[in-house]
Amino acid sequence: MAKGSTRARAGQGSWWAGLPGLAYLVALVLAPLVIIVIFSFLSRAKLGVGVKWEFTIQPYIELFYRESLSGERTFDPTYLQIFFNSVLYSLITAVVCLVLSVPIALWIATRPPKWRTLLVFLVTIPFWTSLLIRTYAFVIILNDNGPINGALQGLGIIGEPISMLYTPFATTVGLVYSFLPFMILPIYASAERFDFRLAEAAYDLGATKLTVLRRIVLPAVRPGVIAGFILVFIPALGSYLAPELLGGGKTSMIANVIAAQFGASRNWPFGAALSVMVLVIVMLALVAFAVIARRSSKRGSQQSLESLL
Amino acid sequence: MSTEAVPALRVQGVSKAFATPEGGEVRALDDVSLDVADGSFMVLLGPSGCGKTTLLRCIAGLESPDAGEITLRGERIDTVPVWKRRVNTVFQSYALFPHMTVTQNIAFGLQMDHLPKDEIARKVEQSLDLVKLTGLGGRRPHQLSGGQQQRVALARALAKEPEVLLLDEPLSALDLKLRRGMQLELKRLQQETHITFILVTHDQDEAMSMGDQVAVFNEGRIVQVGAPRDVYLRPRTKFVADFIGEANILDLTTEDTGAALASWGPIPTEAWASDSPAVGGTSRTVAVRPEDVLLSAEGNGRFSIVDATFIGGDLHAVVQVGDARLSARQPAAHSSGLTTGGRCEVTFRPGSLRIVEA
Repeated sequence: MAKGSTRARAGQGSWWAGLPGLAYLVALVLAPLVIIVIFSFLSRAKLGVGVKWEFTIQPYIELFYRESLSGERTFDPTYLQIFFNSVLYSLITAVVCLVLSVPIALWIATRPPKWRTLLVFLVTIPFWTSLLIRTYAFVIILNDNGPINGALQGLGIIGEPISMLYTPFATTVGLVYSFLPFMILPIYASAERFDFRLAEAAYDLGATKLTVLRRIVLPAVRPGVIAGFILVFIPALGSYLAPELLGGGKTSMIANVIAAQFGASRNWPFGAALSVMVLVIVMLALVAFAVIARRSSKRGSQQSLESLL
Repeated sequence: MSTEAVPALRVQGVSKAFATPEGGEVRALDDVSLDVADGSFMVLLGPSGCGKTTLLRCIAGLESPDAGEITLRGERIDTVPVWKRRVNTVFQSYALFPHMTVTQNIAFGLQMDHLPKDEIARKVEQSLDLVKLTGLGGRRPHQLSGGQQQRVALARALAKEPEVLLLDEPLSALDLKLRRGMQLELKRLQQETHITFILVTHDQDEAMSMGDQVAVFNEGRIVQVGAPRDVYLRPRTKFVADFIGEANILDLTTEDTGAALASWGPIPTEAWASDSPAVGGTSRTVAVRPEDVLLSAEGNGRFSIVDATFIGGDLHAVVQVGDARLSARQPAAHSSGLTTGGRCEVTFRPGSLRIVEA
């Protein structure tokens, strides 16, 4: 072993072992991305399918302006509104998931180890069925003659059924349902490592349950919260099924508009431009998360007596 | 004893059982009663798993007893939630909040009392001075040595000026040299602050050197309470004799001629401690310290020396007496002729034999 200094240590891995995965990423992630960016600067094909190889920034103009038949450009906030809605729904989804997940994750993390494994396994059970089928299930659950309305009417709480399906509410319910495990699991991973003796110490020093949660537990699970927020917010931004099936087209999110451009509207360059915009928003969001995360940890470490009090 | 005054803390008939993973039950505390005098240093001593930490956690409020009462200056506290008790704990693991600085750690408990900011700042500085960590308030726990972390844990608990300070094996994570220093330091802190300390340890030397009073635990019960010297000199049970210091435990037989040790013979009356329980009770167990076993080299002595080792200035010898082995320790200067394989005669120092409960 002494003279084997140039040899790789066991478990260190070799660079070539990563090649297949790298090739896969380049071929199936990077290449489509490049294609989308290129398409977004090309002209619309005659019949709408595909693109015409002629440079233009027309698709990006279409994002903000409407062109009348006479060629006159007027500002059109339709797509900005959709972007805004998408970000809003995704934020709401992430926040609701967060609020629901923290108690669940902490509860699981405080069970005996044997139970924890089982409970984490239960959290992942929804993944066994396709998201499409699970989203359709919510169509049944939320519709006017569904079990919720049935129960409320049966109990005499409401007379007429509440229209829940095809509303922003239904979209949000579907989104929260779809992404909840992605919030629970990273927070649980942080909470599991939490030393609950710290909570005991805080109680001992006179802290109530709420204070212990706010000042001791939450700071400790912060990495999980940040990871969960990213894992929920970003996919939620591009989600297609929940707004399509539960929002009934009324609460379109970006993904639905993009799908329409490549499908019914047959405007590939514009669809590509919308996709690029999503990419930009996601990157901006990631940068924002990184800044927030760094700032809050820096604030923690640099706090001295003066700034604390 | 001065404990006749109102004790700072009184534990009465406290029991606590835990369910084991196998479905059984462990009695961690079995009808434990204890009075802790105001301003005293009480040490709870016992082997691991004897229930001493459970008692400490019951006092702190981190466990609730199944039965019994705990009163602090005459007021019942076992029904009071942990955050309202005027009792603070120094944890074995220190349990410092890793995301807070030393200052924030110490200030945390004071903020819970809603003290004004300038008073918190003053008390934090005071506690840091008290544990000799002046100027380290801006550090994070992971930037401190084990000994320093220990001091922060102490400062954090002391800053609250508790009625009783509970210390759960606070020194067990420190190396030997640091531990000796911290023992003196703890003693000093206790004397300076006049706060009642209750310290849990499994280290008998620690208990002996620090405690005003020692409560010896075994299997969920307190077997003896007293001043360290008292407990050492007058162990009540075989367990105490054996756990605190070293002891030879011998079987007693009662013969027509009086008390005798099995395979040793009749015992001269002057060998008995004057306050030893009377011979002829139910107990048939005798304890004697190795330093009270006196050996003299005699070529035709009745007993053989199994082992004789000089450690420092002392001879440590093991003598075969019938089927029992006696440990003896005496100054090397008085031990000429005592060698492994040799023969000797054994006597007991007058007043050293003591009957103990089995």
